[in-house]
Amino acid sequence: MDYTILIGGAAGQGIETVVLLLEKTIKRSGYHVFTYKNYMSMVRGGHNFMQVRFSDKPVTTYSTKVDMIFAMTAETVDFHMGNLKEGGLVVLDEEYHRDRDFMHLPLQKIAKEIGNQKVVPTIGFGAIGKYFGLDPEVAMDTLEEAFKDKVLQLNIEAFKKGYELTQTEIELEKKRDDKIIINGNQALALGAIAAGVKYYCGYPMTPSTSVMSYISAKSKEMGIVVDQIEDEVGALNMALGASYAGTRAMTGSSGGGFSLMTEALSLSGILEQPVVVVNAQRPGPATGLSTRTEQADLRFVIHAGHGEFPKMVIALRNPEDAFYQTARAFNLAEKYQIPVIIMTEEYLTDYMMTMNPFDFSKVEIVRNVEANYEGTSERYKRYEYTETGVSPRILPGKKEGVEVLVDSHEHNEYGNIDESIETRNSMMKKRMQKLEGLKKELMEPDQIGAENPEILLVGFGATHGALLDAVTRLNDDGLSVGALVYGDIWPFPTDMINKLGRDAKKIITVEQNMTGQLESLILEKTRLEISHRILKYDGRAINGDEIISNLKSILEG
Amino acid sequence: MTCEYNLYDPSWCPGCGNYMIRKALKQALEELEIPPHMAVIVTGIGQAAKMPHYIGANGFNGLHGRALPPAIGIKLSNKELTVIAESGDGDTYGEGGNHFIHTIRRNVNIAHFVHDNQIYGLTKGQGSPTTAMGQVTTLQFDGVKVEPVKPLALSLTMGAGFVARGFSGDIPQLVELMKEAIQYKGYAHLDIFQPCVVWNKVNTFQWYKDRVYKLPDDYDYTDFNAAYEKSLEFGDKIPTGILYKVEKEIYEDRFQFIKEGPPLVDAVLNPMDAEKLMKDFY
Ligand SMILES: Cc1ncc(C[n+]2csc(CCOP(=O)(O)OP(=O)(O)O)c2C)c(N)n1
Ligand code: SF4
Ligand SMILES: [Mg+2]
Repeated sequence: MDYTILIGGAAGQGIETVVLLLEKTIKRSGYHVFTYKNYMSMVRGGHNFMQVRFSDKPVTTYSTKVDMIFAMTAETVDFHMGNLKEGGLVVLDEEYHRDRDFMHLPLQKIAKEIGNQKVVPTIGFGAIGKYFGLDPEVAMDTLEEAFKDKVLQLNIEAFKKGYELTQTEIELEKKRDDKIIINGNQALALGAIAAGVKYYCGYPMTPSTSVMSYISAKSKEMGIVVDQIEDEVGALNMALGASYAGTRAMTGSSGGGFSLMTEALSLSGILEQPVVVVNAQRPGPATGLSTRTEQADLRFVIHAGHGEFPKMVIALRNPEDAFYQTARAFNLAEKYQIPVIIMTEEYLTDYMMTMNPFDFSKVEIVRNVEANYEGTSERYKRYEYTETGVSPRILPGKKEGVEVLVDSHEHNEYGNIDESIETRNSMMKKRMQKLEGLKKELMEPDQIGAENPEILLVGFGATHGALLDAVTRLNDDGLSVGALVYGDIWPFPTDMINKLGRDAKKIITVEQNMTGQLESLILEKTRLEISHRILKYDGRAINGDEIISNLKSILEG
Repeated sequence: MTCEYNLYDPSWCPGCGNYMIRKALKQALEELEIPPHMAVIVTGIGQAAKMPHYIGANGFNGLHGRALPPAIGIKLSNKELTVIAESGDGDTYGEGGNHFIHTIRRNVNIAHFVHDNQIYGLTKGQGSPTTAMGQVTTLQFDGVKVEPVKPLALSLTMGAGFVARGFSGDIPQLVELMKEAIQYKGYAHLDIFQPCVVWNKVNTFQWYKDRVYKLPDDYDYTDFNAAYEKSLEFGDKIPTGILYKVEKEIYEDRFQFIKEGPPLVDAVLNPMDAEKLMKDFY
């Protein structure tokens, strides 16, 4: 079984409420859920829609075709009729009577009887719940969590009234549930907290803001400073100060704010000050499409910051990856004393997905701070030359007689300004030497599907779920298709793609940008030629269905 | 405990006011008995900003205009450190103007010493935010065409609880002002006149010497209106000393876990402490 309900309406009408109630209740009934969110950048008005997909098997992408459209405006029907499966159902308020095949419900009328228009979403939830035979007790628990006091009473009444409106047509048998449901930014924030982030400073910018607001909500409980700074320039400079003092520090933004951070990113390179920076991508240039998705910052991010210095870039693939990779990012930053950039995408920041609970015992903490360092000279050398390029790090104020000097100029081992040729050459080599260690830490891309595929799809980041879905279905159809999906992307891991790429008949990149940025990176680092590309840059996330149809047209030539 | 601040060789021009400021800084820290490993000098870029290289404390020499944000990050992370942000007039009031304004709003317990030579020294003599209107510079050939910033009036009106002015030509007074600023609980703004002997031929040592006068003993530095009036006095006579000083709640104290707990940096990190947060997602 595999169903999708599309809920659409104007911003401010409460489609989030219907979706929240549905996704929690269906998950708690023991099913896998995937919610795709599609917003316009408006608080009121404008057309928004979300799709709740659920199945008895894991779901990793949204579906183009839907089984039910729950329309809170007549416009929703016009927009999405083309996506309705044959035999699918449209549920619409009787006020907008349209077509006799639709199911018309007196939602607004009942809300009037209850005396509050805001309960329309909950009446709808009741009606849909009954249609799919959801256990009212499970639904009641969800309501009790979502609402309080008087509002709860109103919503319980609304749910009950809604529940009476429909008949059960599909019986979702209740099963055991031990999964969590979470989005990418919540998982990212949770990974950071697990890793011991103690300082998050930033400036709001969609779609990065929810990382900051999640951590802010846990600030008191977990003892984390969360600070909204005057601008992103200040944010990264401040995070570097916190890191220098010895706390695990982090900042984040989207492309615009990340652009403002690039000077300080370069600073973290020469200071050798660990820091974790999130760039939650949205389509540019400039303000672009502020609530939509893209993967067009790849080239920018890997080269961000003037001058040459080692950095690491990780593209998050799904919420589970967001949790573990973020926690790992803090270790890599401190182990190599470098900036680590976590790239995510609006699509991943927002979609909700069920998965196994995260295993916090798997999170390790590696700080690489020397509490008992004796030193090799009378004065502490913050930038002592070593074989690995990583110098022993002491925190200021933690050892009597040891003063820590960090500097943005080229400097000698003590951190004092030094422009000599010898120092310049040695310090450049020292810093870049860290890449050698870092390369050994790299995780090769995730391999999906056929072991030695004839057709090799290659992507990075949040297209993971769509690629997994497409490749699995194509393999079931007997096609020799596989995929590599990059998480660690800079430094660029080349072993796996060299291995599979040499034998594949076709290498096809799948990217959410116009110029094929991953393709150019592959070409640069492996000399492998990409035969075809599937590129999407309309601001909407690609799904499994689209990858399959694109691939079929490539194969048909 | 002895607090010996070892000095390293500066590359400032002979006669530069920065030498005197450095001397005062060393003396202030020593007299306050702050051991060098407990003091951090945070700077941006410029002649003034080279200070961390020339004094034996902890140092964070960051980017032009960006001394204040890291200073705040350091102080909130380790409240036991004495944090001093130190930079030029261009660094502070120009490139870093936004941070200056918002740092005052935050009122973190740090001291801020601005070496105000009314010129861009390091980059060879361009006009700075405090250069006088009409002054000819190496870039403004027919004179500066914008009004100068009034730094003390600005910090006062933004709500700073400690506002003062010193002069590199009066070391005893400067030492006292620095000590007051460091000991003040909150953000302390100290603007210091510092002649640049090479690039500012208008605001010379003598120019300052002829104009500065100490605020009288009966001056009431808790009187905001008096302070505001003094902050605008910038003609034949320019007042030095503490213009304004009142008690205010500091930013750190608004975080209970910082106020009452150990320094943030001493937190023991254990991933299992966060596991309970997952309950919201079932
Ligand atoms: C982003 C950036 N812009 C410009 C510069 C060049 N720059 C360095 S210091 C400086 C001005 C210095 O003036 P001030 O802050 O008054 O310090 P002073 O040298 O006078 O002590 C400038 C423009 C820079 N280093 N970084
Ligand atoms: S240029 Fe001016 S400010 Fe810089 S060191 Fe020389 S005298 Fe001092
Ligand atoms: Mg200056």
